[in-house]
Amino acid sequence: MAETDSLSAPLPIIEIRNVSKTFWLGEQKIEALSGANLEIRKGEFICLIGASGCGKSTLLRIMAGFEQPTGGEALMWGKPITEPGPSRGMVFQDYALFPWLTVRNNIAFGPKSQGRSTGEVKEICDRFIEMVGLQKFANAYPHQLSGGMRQRVAIARVLANDAELVLMDEPFGALDAMTRERLQDELLEIWERTKLTVVFVTHAIEEAIFLADRVVVMSPGPGRIDSDNRLTLPRPRDVASPEFNEIRRDLSARLHSHHGKKAA
Amino acid sequence: MVDVTSSAPAAEEAPPRKASLPHLGKARDFALAMIVPGLLLLLWYVATTQRWTRLIPTPAETAEYMVDFAVGGIYDDAFSATLHIHLLASMSRVYGGFLLAAAVALPLGLLIGRIPLARKTLDPFFQLMRPIPVTAWLPLSMILFGLGAKSAFSLVFLGAFYPILLNTIFGVKNVDPKLFEAASMLGCRGNAQFFRVVLPAALPSIFTGLRLGLGLAWFVIVVGEMTGVPQGLGAVIMDGRTLSRTELVICGMIIIGIVGYLSDRIVMMIGNHLLRWSPTHHG
Ligand SMILES: Nc1ncnc2c1ncn2[C@@H]1O[C@H](COP(=O)(O)OP(=O)(O)O)[C@@H](O)[C@H]1O
Ligand SMILES: [Mg+2]
Repeated sequence: MAETDSLSAPLPIIEIRNVSKTFWLGEQKIEALSGANLEIRKGEFICLIGASGCGKSTLLRIMAGFEQPTGGEALMWGKPITEPGPSRGMVFQDYALFPWLTVRNNIAFGPKSQGRSTGEVKEICDRFIEMVGLQKFANAYPHQLSGGMRQRVAIARVLANDAELVLMDEPFGALDAMTRERLQDELLEIWERTKLTVVFVTHAIEEAIFLADRVVVMSPGPGRIDSDNRLTLPRPRDVASPEFNEIRRDLSARLHSHHGKKAA
Repeated sequence: MVDVTSSAPAAEEAPPRKASLPHLGKARDFALAMIVPGLLLLLWYVATTQRWTRLIPTPAETAEYMVDFAVGGIYDDAFSATLHIHLLASMSRVYGGFLLAAAVALPLGLLIGRIPLARKTLDPFFQLMRPIPVTAWLPLSMILFGLGAKSAFSLVFLGAFYPILLNTIFGVKNVDPKLFEAASMLGCRGNAQFFRVVLPAALPSIFTGLRLGLGLAWFVIVVGEMTGVPQGLGAVIMDGRTLSRTELVICGMIIIGIVGYLSDRIVMMIGNHLLRWSPTHHG
């Protein structure tokens, strides 16, 4: 069915085909995702937004290979995603750094797991420590770092692992506004430089509009994909510009219409 | 450009500063710590010199006896200059029993904590045995091992065993599940996670168990050495009681206190170094 497509367009890096995910809490059935469809092209920056509980994390975790869909299929380069792997790196909201490893060794964890030589590991670490600006903190432990610095380490850790696809679950949600803005800028800069593919979950509309090529709006009960909005605003984007505000108003209306429907 | 990225993180958070006069702080901490022991010593001194009681010797007499016990030359009785013999005997039992307990409890704890089959087989048994106090084992261990060093050794072993076992199980069972996900997305999967995730994550808890175990080993040594061993600090205390030599009893107690304390400090220092990454593990 998709064969004719793949001749004309290149294979998408990620393809979510009619994916459903049902959890059981005892007798209670929770439809975290229902019939989700999404295609992601290499190099795209996708933001998933939606009210909490609409299945954003579940969708991301399926792409990561932490969860298996109960219906439909999740493909990477056309092959089913069956388990977590180095090609897909996850950046968690609460960092999930290894607290017993220094910044350098957290970043080295992936390359070491791949069996890289000591020299290569060192070279990779140096490169990514510099990329996220943590040279002075290379030998610090995570508990000695601020939230923003920890999230930089988490980002460097997946980049050092040669991840093609970076999955970020509300990565800046726990940070203060100034740090968040700085990290957004840095992330865009890294993304532009490295040609990564990013799927970024957020519940902040502004963050999504500031970052994304496409903003995918999800809605709850059951969790599903509601609309897929391509943004053509040139970067760097000015959050105070009329164009930005227009998009914000539009997306905000889409998001809140569901709240309204749910409440009614 | 370089400045922006390298100086910005530093401004985000200043690491906690040390007090500006660390030595003064240390001296004050020491003074505070000495208040209660000092008062106790004073009470002891007053009570014995004012003859409130004749049952215990004065601090000065005890100190004098301690010197004789350690190096001799004052009373020259059967206990003069024998401290090192008793101390060595007790220490070998404490550390021997402790190391044996660690050697058994650590692997068992790792098994029970990580492997459901091992947990289902062994956990109920250990839960059932655990409420039995070490002292309740004394008669049985005397029957099994006779009167002597083996009995003392086995009690120390039992005393140290449970804290190490339980804390090891707790540590390996309570690894943050996110860390397994992080490891597997970075390419470290299956058994490789045991050494790279489970063990380091459980280390603080394992260490707490070792420390408690060693403390308990010192705790039960007196009981262990009541079983008719000729040497050991517990034996000295028991002999002191039998011979009505209270100063001997007090000397034995003080030495156990001091050596147990020093032993704990050493373990703490090793722990603080190994666990310097852990924000909750500083003593
Ligand atoms: N492991 C799980 N077990 C049971 N229910 C779950 C599990 N993970 C998620 N859910 C449920 O699935 C729904 C979607 O969750 P999630 O994907 O985390 O939403 P979001 O990230 O958009 O807030 C929620 O109702 C949540 O309670
Ligand atoms: Mg979520």
